[in-house]
Amino acid sequence: MSAPTAAKIRVLIAKPGLDGHDRGAKVVARALRDGGCEVIYTGIRQTPEMIAEAALQEDVDVVGLSILSGAHLELFPRVVAELKKRGVSDVVLFCGGIIPEEDTKALEGLGFSAIFRPGTNTQDIVKFVYEHVQK
Amino acid sequence: MDDLVGRFLNGERRALARIISRVENETAEGREYLRALFPHSGKTHTVGITGGPGSGKSTLTGALAAEYRRRGKRVGIVAVDPSSPFSQGAILGDRIRMQDLALDEGVYVRSMASRGALGGLAPTIDDVVSIMDAFGFDYVLIETVGAGQDEVEIAGTALTTILVNNPGTGDDIQALKAGIIEIADILVVNKADHPGADLLVSQLQALLSLAPAGARRPPILKTTAIKGEGLEKLAGSIVAHREHLVSSGGLDRARAIDARHQVLAIARAILLEKIRRSYPEAELEALVQRVAARELDPHTAAEELAGAVS
Ligand SMILES: Nc1nc2c(ncn2[C@@H]2O[C@H](COP(=O)(O)OP(=O)(O)O)[C@@H](O)[C@H]2O)c(=O)[nH]1
Ligand SMILES: [Mg+2]
Repeated sequence: MSAPTAAKIRVLIAKPGLDGHDRGAKVVARALRDGGCEVIYTGIRQTPEMIAEAALQEDVDVVGLSILSGAHLELFPRVVAELKKRGVSDVVLFCGGIIPEEDTKALEGLGFSAIFRPGTNTQDIVKFVYEHVQK
Repeated sequence: MDDLVGRFLNGERRALARIISRVENETAEGREYLRALFPHSGKTHTVGITGGPGSGKSTLTGALAAEYRRRGKRVGIVAVDPSSPFSQGAILGDRIRMQDLALDEGVYVRSMASRGALGGLAPTIDDVVSIMDAFGFDYVLIETVGAGQDEVEIAGTALTTILVNNPGTGDDIQALKAGIIEIADILVVNKADHPGADLLVSQLQALLSLAPAGARRPPILKTTAIKGEGLEKLAGSIVAHREHLVSSGGLDRARAIDARHQVLAIARAILLEKIRRSYPEAELEALVQRVAARELDPHTAAEELAGAVS
């Protein structure tokens, strides 16, 4: 009808676990907004169920998890399981934060397409999202 | 069409979410879904929540939804935040204030970006609300951007419009200036735990007493949304407003006005699309250039353009 508003990439940025620092997550959210994405930001202390539920309701293309507490190998598999349980199986997953190199394989095995560690240029994250989502 | 409609009618929330995306992106497919689901809509009561930035709209929306859950009602929420005029991207953060409902099967929360629409809503808000209506929610709550401008459009989208004010901020005066108070069916003084709430209530009362005799006076209610206080009264007041709409014929009138706006807006879009298709882009560009060079006035140019389909 009217020139259709070009479809936007929708990204959920979530912080699972108990650590209360979301500066990194907010920086990523802002970079993605400036890159033209619609970013749903849900705040700190999200359970895996809450993250999966938000991904479902918001129909996002991408879920980015930010974690500093070191509990990623405990929490991320639960997020992936909750997504699967809800039939949300086609989202692109990435994560960022303090994640040791030796955990890379395990996270890739879970379906994470990228891990962004401290010092990452946020433009690389924007580029990653555009390369992995067709809209 | 795929089986999304079947899954939607079965109450599958993922199907609801997917259909909303297609509608929001204004795809041809999205219009087919709107057509297919239209017969299932028309039952929900829509409530608009507007007010200045930080007045507590999201918190109040969440608290009102929780009150409806206590009453056994199912609730859809659409929360609009602004798109960046520079990147067209957006950060949608209203869910942060609605965490208590995060895992409630009877609640569905959708964040929407304003995508260039002025007036505090999004271009496809009516269509998205109509899809939620068809899904069978008893209430659909619509939170506006709340940029502190005159967001009067919500009154055309929602049956009941709530205007949120805060004590001690000078916002009372702000509301007068904006003239937005006229669209409110219910006035809420939120953050009633802050000093000055009663003063603001009496200021608003004094203001409303200037309304013409016989006109409906919107009730003024105090809430403390973060503590869930005052929500029972607010929910009751919304029921009373709906009853008033039904008994005064206002509901039918509102529906007729909405239908007129909607049909005309869609027709306008269809015509524009037709014009764009029958008038080659190169010729349009040439026409526009002549206007820019002031060889032609814009009205004559537009008539020439519209003539392409008459
Ligand atoms: N003291 C107090 N703070 C509140 C109340 N309702 C909301 N807030 C706070 O006001 C801030 C803005 O709330 P939010 O719901 O995001 O406002 P919005 O921008 O209008 O959606 C948050 O820090 C809330 O916790 C209330 O009733 N009392
Ligand atoms: Mg808000």
